[in-house]
Amino acid sequence: MTATDAKASRLDFRSRGFDFASFAFTGITGLATLFILAILAIIIANIVWHGWGTFSWRFLTGSADQDMFDVNKAGVLPMVIGTALRVLVMTIVVVPVGVITAVYLTEYAHSTALTTRVIRGAVNNLAGVPSIVFGLFGLGFFISFIGRGLDGGAAEPLWGKPAIVWASLTLSVMTLPLVIVATEESLRAITPGLREASLALGATKLETIIKIVLPEALPGILTGGILAVGRAGGEVAPILFTGAAYYMRDLPHSLTDQFMDLGYHVFILSTQSPDIEKTRPILFATVLALLLLTLSLNLVAVIVRARVRKRMRASH
Amino acid sequence: MTNTPANAKRTVGWMGIHRGHQARPLEWLAEKFIFLVSLTAILMVFLIFVFVAREALPLVLGKMNSAAARPVIAAKEMDKLKPEELRTYLGLTAAEFKQLDKEALQALMEVREEEAKEAPKDKDATLNTTEWRYLFQPHQWSDSRPEDRYVWQPIGRIHKYNLMPLIIGSLKTTAVALLFSVPLALAAALYVSQLASPTMKEWLKPAIELLSGVPSVVLGFFALMVLASFLQGVFGYQSRLNAFVAGIALGLAVIPVVFSIAEDALTSVPRAYTQAALALGASKWQAAWQIVLPAAAPGVFAAVVLGFGRAIGETMVVLMASGNASIMSFSLFDSTRSITATIAAELAEAVFGGHHYRILFLIGAMLFVVTFLTNLAGDLIMHRLKGRLEGKAK
Repeated sequence: MTATDAKASRLDFRSRGFDFASFAFTGITGLATLFILAILAIIIANIVWHGWGTFSWRFLTGSADQDMFDVNKAGVLPMVIGTALRVLVMTIVVVPVGVITAVYLTEYAHSTALTTRVIRGAVNNLAGVPSIVFGLFGLGFFISFIGRGLDGGAAEPLWGKPAIVWASLTLSVMTLPLVIVATEESLRAITPGLREASLALGATKLETIIKIVLPEALPGILTGGILAVGRAGGEVAPILFTGAAYYMRDLPHSLTDQFMDLGYHVFILSTQSPDIEKTRPILFATVLALLLLTLSLNLVAVIVRARVRKRMRASH
Repeated sequence: MTNTPANAKRTVGWMGIHRGHQARPLEWLAEKFIFLVSLTAILMVFLIFVFVAREALPLVLGKMNSAAARPVIAAKEMDKLKPEELRTYLGLTAAEFKQLDKEALQALMEVREEEAKEAPKDKDATLNTTEWRYLFQPHQWSDSRPEDRYVWQPIGRIHKYNLMPLIIGSLKTTAVALLFSVPLALAAALYVSQLASPTMKEWLKPAIELLSGVPSVVLGFFALMVLASFLQGVFGYQSRLNAFVAGIALGLAVIPVVFSIAEDALTSVPRAYTQAALALGASKWQAAWQIVLPAAAPGVFAAVVLGFGRAIGETMVVLMASGNASIMSFSLFDSTRSITATIAAELAEAVFGGHHYRILFLIGAMLFVVTFLTNLAGDLIMHRLKGRLEGKAK
C-alpha cells in the first residue's frame, strides 16, 4: 500500500461528501428557532416603535380623572398603582406559602410517598388551570363565600364585592406553582454536604433549614417571587370579576376598594374605545408600560436562574 | 442496659413527638406546620373544583327554570296551596317567605297573574332552556331561522343556551393554535437540545421562554391591532377577526409551553444514547431524529397535551381576536366565540345566581375538568418517561 492510497482511504473514511439530509434538518429546525425569536422581536419592536412617542414621564405619572381617552391628558398612574398594589399583596401571601411547601417537598418529604406525589400532582395541576377558571373561583369562593360570610348579610357589603384583596388572593393561588417550582430548584442546587456539616455540628434540622439552607436558596426564592410578579402583573382574566374597575375617580384607599389595572386598561382601550384611531397612541404606550414591567421582571428572573443553574452544575 | 423491643422502637409518644433520644416539641411543631402548609396546593385544587361546581350545581340538579312564561295559579286559589308549594311557586327563599304576611303574598300572586297576561304567546316561552337537551342538542326556535338550530343567545325574550357553537369555537381556535405552534416548538426544541452548541443553548432557551413573559392581553392586543390586518391582507378572507387569527395568536402563547416541556424531555434522554449512535457512524441529525426523538416520544406527546390544555383555557387572546360571534360554523375564517371568551364577556352582566350566571359557571367547571384531565395525563406521562430513562441510564 502506497502512502497516497492510505491518505485517500482515510479521507474517504472521514468525509462522506455533502450530507444533504443533515443540512436540511439543521436548516429547518434552526429556521424554526429563528422564526420564534423573530416573532418575539417583531412584537416588542412594533410596540416600542408605536408607543415610544406617547410614552413619557407625564404619561406614567398622569392621572386618568380628566379624560382617559384623550392623548394629551391621559395618564396611567392609577393603573400602575392598582397593578402594583394587587401584585404586592399577592407576593406577601404567595411567597411564604410557596417557600414552605418547597421546603417540605425537598427537606422533609419522602420522594416516593403517596402524599408527596399528590402534592406534586396538585402543584402541576394548579399551574395548568385556565386563568378564567381562577376568576370564577375568586368570585365563587372569595367574594360570594368568604366575603359575604364576613358581611353576614349586611345591607351595604364591605367584603362581599370585588376588591383588591380578593384579586390578590386569587392571583396568589394562581402563582403558587411558580414560587414552589423555582424555590425547589434552588433548594436542590445546594450541596448535601452543607446540610450534613450543619447537622454534624449539632444544629437541629429546623435550625439547619432556617440558618443554612434558606439563605443559600435566596436567589431561587427571589426568582420565584419575580416570576410570580411578572406573571400576575400581566394577567387580566382572573381579575375581571374579582376587583378590576373600568374607571375610578380616586385611587384605592383600602384593600376593600376596587382598582384600575394596566392589563385591563389595555383590554378596554383596544375593544371599547370610542375612537380607536385617536386612542391608538395611548393604547400602544399603555401596552409598552405593561410590557416593560413584565418583560424586565422576566429578564431578571432568567438571569438569576441562569446563575443558580451554573452553580448547581459546578457543585455536582 | 439491654436493648428491649420496647425502647428500640423509633417512634414513641403521640405522633412521634418524642422521636429520637431527646424530645424536641418545637421541631415537632415546626415539622407539622410545614407539612400542613404544604397541603395548600391540594386544598386549592379541591376548592377550585368545589366552588366553581357549587355555583353550577342547581342547574345540574335541574332546579333552575329559565322559561319566559311560567304556569299561573289564580290569586284567589292561594288558600288551597300548602306553604311550601306557595314558596316554590313564587320563587322565594325560606327567610324571605317568613318575612312576608298574607297580603304581601297575595299581591305577589296578582303580579304574577298580570305578568302572565302580558307574556308572549309562544310555544318556546314555556320551555326550560337549561335542560340538557337544549344545551347540547339542536332545537328549532320559533323566532330564529331554520338553519340556526344551535343558538347561544342568553339575552332576549327566550334564553337560548346551546353550548355547541362555543365548544366548536374553542376547538377550532385550539386546533389552529396547535397546528401552528406544535411543529415550530418541536423543531426549535430539537435544535436547541440536540444541535446547538452549549453556549448557544444557554442563550436560546431563555430567549424563547421569554415569549411566555408576554402577557396574554398583549398577545390579544397584537393580534387585534397588527396581526389581523396583516393576515387579512395575505389570505384575503371576509371577516377581519376570526378563528384563524385568534388561533395564530393563541399559538404564540402555546409555543413556550410546548417548547419548554419538549426540550426538557429531549434533554433528559441520556447522552450515552447519542454518543453510541454517533460512534456507530450516524450523523447528528440521524441520532437526534432516530434515537433521541423516539426515546423522548412520550415527553413530546405530553408537551402537546399540555399545550392543548393551555390553548383551550386561554381567555384574553381569544376574547380580543376571535370576533366573538357565536355562529355554528366549521369554517376557520368565520368570526367565532370560545367558551373562555363567553365567560369573560358575559359574567359581569349576568344576574347573580340567575340561570345565565349558573350556565357560565357550568361551562367553567367543564373547562376545569378538561384541563384537569389533560394536566393529569401530561404529568403521568412525563413522570413515567423520566423514571424509565433514569432507570435505563443507571
